[in-house]
Amino acid sequence: MKFAVLVFPGSNCDVDMYHAIKDELGEEVEFVWHDATDLSGFDAILIPGGFSYGDYLRCGAMASQSNVMKAVKEAAEEGKPILGVCNGFQILTEAGLLPGALLRNKNLKFICRTVPLKVENNQTMFTNQYDQGQIIHIPIAHGEGNYYCDEETLKKLKENNQIVFTYAGENPNGSLENIAGIVNERGNVLGMMPHPERAVDALLGSADGLALFKSIVKQWRETHV
Amino acid sequence: MKKVKIYVTLRESVLDPQGSAVKGSLVNMGYKEVEDVRIGKYLELLINDTDRDLNEMVKEMCEKLLANTVIEDYRFEIEEAN
Repeated sequence: MKFAVLVFPGSNCDVDMYHAIKDELGEEVEFVWHDATDLSGFDAILIPGGFSYGDYLRCGAMASQSNVMKAVKEAAEEGKPILGVCNGFQILTEAGLLPGALLRNKNLKFICRTVPLKVENNQTMFTNQYDQGQIIHIPIAHGEGNYYCDEETLKKLKENNQIVFTYAGENPNGSLENIAGIVNERGNVLGMMPHPERAVDALLGSADGLALFKSIVKQWRETHV
Repeated sequence: MKKVKIYVTLRESVLDPQGSAVKGSLVNMGYKEVEDVRIGKYLELLINDTDRDLNEMVKEMCEKLLANTVIEDYRFEIEEAN
């Protein structure tokens, strides 16, 4: 299975993402620059965290208009798995691939710590290696992770089981309904504020993120082999 | 040449923690009359003469990039640039 890690000016979790796939998961992975127009050679697209375009205007706004995002939209329509982490989540909402928006943290502070998450839906291509309701520990590091959407959208998210991860402890950023990660209606685009790629080795605090990447591979093998 | 003044503000339904913090400071400074503070953005664009419908063009730019209509409202004024 071949993964693409998108790189924008200001991405800074791209190397962590690459390491997680290549060294911990053991799958093929390549960096792809933001002006690329073709992602057809990849089976999954990863949009890493960071501060694309310096967070100017709004987090993820400029990146959402880049060339590569047109290719990401095509890949999403083809049903390929697309994962956006942190700034990647912000880019996916700005691009309209996921509903809602990420606002400034309620306490106005940048928060960097490991938090407990609850797996709200293990029936997705990103979470099939977790138990339903499992508590996992994944680091967050963001200033704008306060998920917001209107009531109608929230109702839809709940009806379709699109809320995949919630904060299990104290809500760190004020996000609606403790939301930490959501999928699109089809279930192949996941956006989440916590960083699974930073939790792939017990030596570094937690390996709970690895199952997310293993889930993607499992789903892909079942449908392609 | 035209000058376009664009105002982007958070929607009424969206909390503005930055505005609340600034309001707190103003009240502490003795301006107890301050009831609410909302922080937004102001953008100025200089636009060359064009055959395109400028009104439509600015609207498009706002919808696609300059404002996120999930959380923000926008309004703009177009005037002659000197």
